[in-house]
Amino acid sequence: MDKRIRVLVAKPGLDGHDRGAKVVARALRDAGFEVIYTGIRLTPEQIAESALQEDVNVVALSLLSGAHNTLFPKVVELLKAKGMTDVLTVGGGVIPDSDIPGLKAAGIAEVFTPGTPTTAIVDYINANVK
Amino acid sequence: MANETLKAGFEAYTAGVVAKFDKNPERGNLEPNRLYTPLDLEGFDYERDLGLPGQYPFTRGVQPTMYRGRFWTMRMYAGFSTAEESNKRYRYLLANGGSGLSCAFDLPTQIGYDSTDAMAEGEVGKVGVAIDSLADMEILFDQIDLSKVSTSMTINAPASVLLCMYIAVAEKQGVAADQLRGTIQNDILKEYAARGTYIFPPKPSMRLITNIFEYCSKNVPKWNTISISGYHIREAGSTASQEIAFTIADGIAYVEAAVKAGMDVDDFAGRLSFFWNAHNNVLEEVAKFRASRRVWAKVMKERFGAKKAKSQMLRVHTQTAGSMLTAQQPNNNIVRVALQTAAAVMGGTQSLHTNSKDEALALPTEESVTIALRTQQIVACESGLADTVDPLGGSYYVEALTNKIEAEAWDYIKKIDELGGAPEAIAKGYIQKEIQDSAYKWQMDIEKGNKIIVGVNKYQTKEEPPKNLLRVDGSVGEMQAKKIAALKAKRDNAKVAETLAALKVACGDDSVNLMPLILEAVRAYATEGEICGVMREVFGEYKSHVAL
Amino acid sequence: MNIVEGVLNHSRLALSKAITAVENEYDEAVSIMTQIYPHTGNAYVIGITGPPGAGKSTLTDKLAKEYRKRGKTVGIVAIDPTSPYSGGAILGDRIRMMDLIADEGIFVRSMATRGSLGGLSQKSGDAVKLMDAYGIEVIIVETVGVGQSEVDIVKTADTTMVVVVPGLGDDIQAIKAGILEIGDLFTINKADREGVDKLNIEIEMMLELNQESVEWRPPINRTVASKDEGVIDVVDSIEEHRKFLFQTGKIEQIRASRIKTEITAMINDRLARYVDKEIISTDDFANTVIKLQNREIDPYSVVDNVVDSVLK
Repeated sequence: MDKRIRVLVAKPGLDGHDRGAKVVARALRDAGFEVIYTGIRLTPEQIAESALQEDVNVVALSLLSGAHNTLFPKVVELLKAKGMTDVLTVGGGVIPDSDIPGLKAAGIAEVFTPGTPTTAIVDYINANVK
Repeated sequence: MANETLKAGFEAYTAGVVAKFDKNPERGNLEPNRLYTPLDLEGFDYERDLGLPGQYPFTRGVQPTMYRGRFWTMRMYAGFSTAEESNKRYRYLLANGGSGLSCAFDLPTQIGYDSTDAMAEGEVGKVGVAIDSLADMEILFDQIDLSKVSTSMTINAPASVLLCMYIAVAEKQGVAADQLRGTIQNDILKEYAARGTYIFPPKPSMRLITNIFEYCSKNVPKWNTISISGYHIREAGSTASQEIAFTIADGIAYVEAAVKAGMDVDDFAGRLSFFWNAHNNVLEEVAKFRASRRVWAKVMKERFGAKKAKSQMLRVHTQTAGSMLTAQQPNNNIVRVALQTAAAVMGGTQSLHTNSKDEALALPTEESVTIALRTQQIVACESGLADTVDPLGGSYYVEALTNKIEAEAWDYIKKIDELGGAPEAIAKGYIQKEIQDSAYKWQMDIEKGNKIIVGVNKYQTKEEPPKNLLRVDGSVGEMQAKKIAALKAKRDNAKVAETLAALKVACGDDSVNLMPLILEAVRAYATEGEICGVMREVFGEYKSHVAL
Repeated sequence: MNIVEGVLNHSRLALSKAITAVENEYDEAVSIMTQIYPHTGNAYVIGITGPPGAGKSTLTDKLAKEYRKRGKTVGIVAIDPTSPYSGGAILGDRIRMMDLIADEGIFVRSMATRGSLGGLSQKSGDAVKLMDAYGIEVIIVETVGVGQSEVDIVKTADTTMVVVVPGLGDDIQAIKAGILEIGDLFTINKADREGVDKLNIEIEMMLELNQESVEWRPPINRTVASKDEGVIDVVDSIEEHRKFLFQTGKIEQIRASRIKTEITAMINDRLARYVDKEIISTDDFANTVIKLQNREIDPYSVVDNVVDSVLK
């Protein structure tokens, strides 16, 4: 076996602030993951279809514009519809604590808010990818 | 003290402190020397390097009197939800001593989509106000006299459209275009490099920018036609030197484009303005402001042969660093913003936006915006920092740091010139890569503890989740959709089609200035999405392909 | 879901999972490939290589779009290097292809080199076979042409295209030795830059020296892929080469030689793994190394003994 954890890093919506997404992508690479970086301004469909074609273990979404309550759950729904039932979807960005329970109920496994060290994201992925 | 004596004294001092630090280690990871003396300013020439305020190379400031004449413009960036809501916030800010407006538009507006576009889903009214047509703009500035207020608009790819809407609102108020004061950001290069709200490819984008320069120099002469922005480059993770270097390189590209289009540099250069970030390291920031003025003055005089003093001056708007706000212990952000304000003021900014303490969590509430505005007022009236011009001029440390940042900036500008200028350097991903490397280093420094952010990687406390955050109602999208439907039922649709068809033809002819045609479409109540849609058809869309 | 049935019945999910099985060397990979094999051999495979910064993935994106216009389904296998420090990788090619995603006639898969010894060409070859069995008509394998294993990968293609750009200085020298001779066609991308004519002449001269190419003279196309210029010509050239291969019967030679290369690599790989597991990694062999170091025995005798024990 020569297994590596594969992670899709994507920014849904129109927000162009990709500093966090890029820093996380690099940190994940340096932690030994294979990172598929897909850039900014993506539709949930583009993200879900990419996750399917790349058969990633993790979809990591980043959004700072406040549209997370609409767009994050949509990605999860589309992944399910495509049969990607084993993928771990996590999110990060400017997300108020009060939104987190709703996002988790919608299938976002974990939410990382500003100030989270990249090591916490790496540890979480290592602990939760089967 | 003669230099020889000073050198000997400095060596003895160094030996002494080194011995002391052997017993008790020095604070590590610090960039600057532990002490600055005249030895760090060898060759310093007051007349050449600083001069007097209001005089070349403007190191000490662009006006002779600076804040002894009047304070900087306290301009709070605001806008969310609908035009109605944002209008209320603007009038509140003006009533509380704000001296200029600064409009934040939502992302669909910034990227040329109507609120009803599929791409706008979830984003309407979120990071700013949703503007779909002149009708929204009329509401946004309702009861605000556009002959009195100066307005800054953070709008880039569709800057031409929003500026035309502003001109059209003024017409309805009976205010002539030549009375209008304000700024459009209109800086597409940093959108490609750092901020991401581009629409069209570089070539038509640069055409739109030069069209605006030309149109405004004749019709809206008091308008700042561009705000060449380092702010977002810094937010994306650059260093202070990179911020000014990459931005000035962008500035060089805009000047070159306008000169190439046949304009005289002194006809437009006076309307160019800049936008800096006020970051955490106070003295480094002060040095950055000073260095940037010196670099720009030299660029304009020596490279472009600008003759008017106004063309050589780097006038700057500043915003405190949003990325330095912490979600942890948000009240600490008030202190950070106060220090950043001090830096911008000692750096000699012309206007300033101060961030609110809750912006790492959500849009600011009215209460937190008020604290941010009061912070500026306290620095202006109570701190004494605004009482004398360039108060840190002559400080060994600040002068040495100013020289260092200037030298680093020139190195980058040279490198970018070698790559073929800023647009090419961006196309090659060079600028993005440099920014990303700095951002990654910053993050790793925090994670390794080389850099301390209070409340984040040191002095953490257990906190209750913050309360009273501003929420943008999810129904804004529906409200905008209703407004658009009503507008389309009411307006003269034949006239709209006619103006859009004329615009489309003009887009295909590089020799035509598009501004009058966009203004006609705006006056006919064509939506922003319709106008940008026509331009998208002709110009195509830019796709970012730069990875990591 | 039965993965094999899924692949043969055009399930994108099954195709994706099957590629993962091959890439991660899951136990079921051998069984999947065994069942898939009879259904392969229908796709046309294009290999694209060239130095970093040549714009290969932008060009790949445009070629895929052009093939879609011509009614073909397209698969892309995009290979990026694994970091030797962390074992991780950033696979950034997909970012250029995001507007292909809505098209069901396209399937893009990114693969990292994972530092495997020659095993990569087998894995990417298997990924191609899986796309082939799924029913994709044109498959593009795109890789940075810097190492031998990348060259091995594109060698498995029916048509190999080398992408170069003007203004990379000595790069033409650097890639001359390894890559230029495998090109069935050449594309000078970013041809709006200075130095195009010079580069064109350099390639011509190198082709002159390479007298093998009497029957097929590799065409040199110029593109500005980012502006969609010249892409149609490139696809026309690929199609001409395809016609040439089929008309002359060379396609059978190429494919036979590919199968031979593949099967040789697979046998070598299996043997190397066996030797590593049963001999090199044993305590006994560690002792042998010490003996060698002390000059108590000689390496030639060790090799004879090992080979004898394996072959017995």
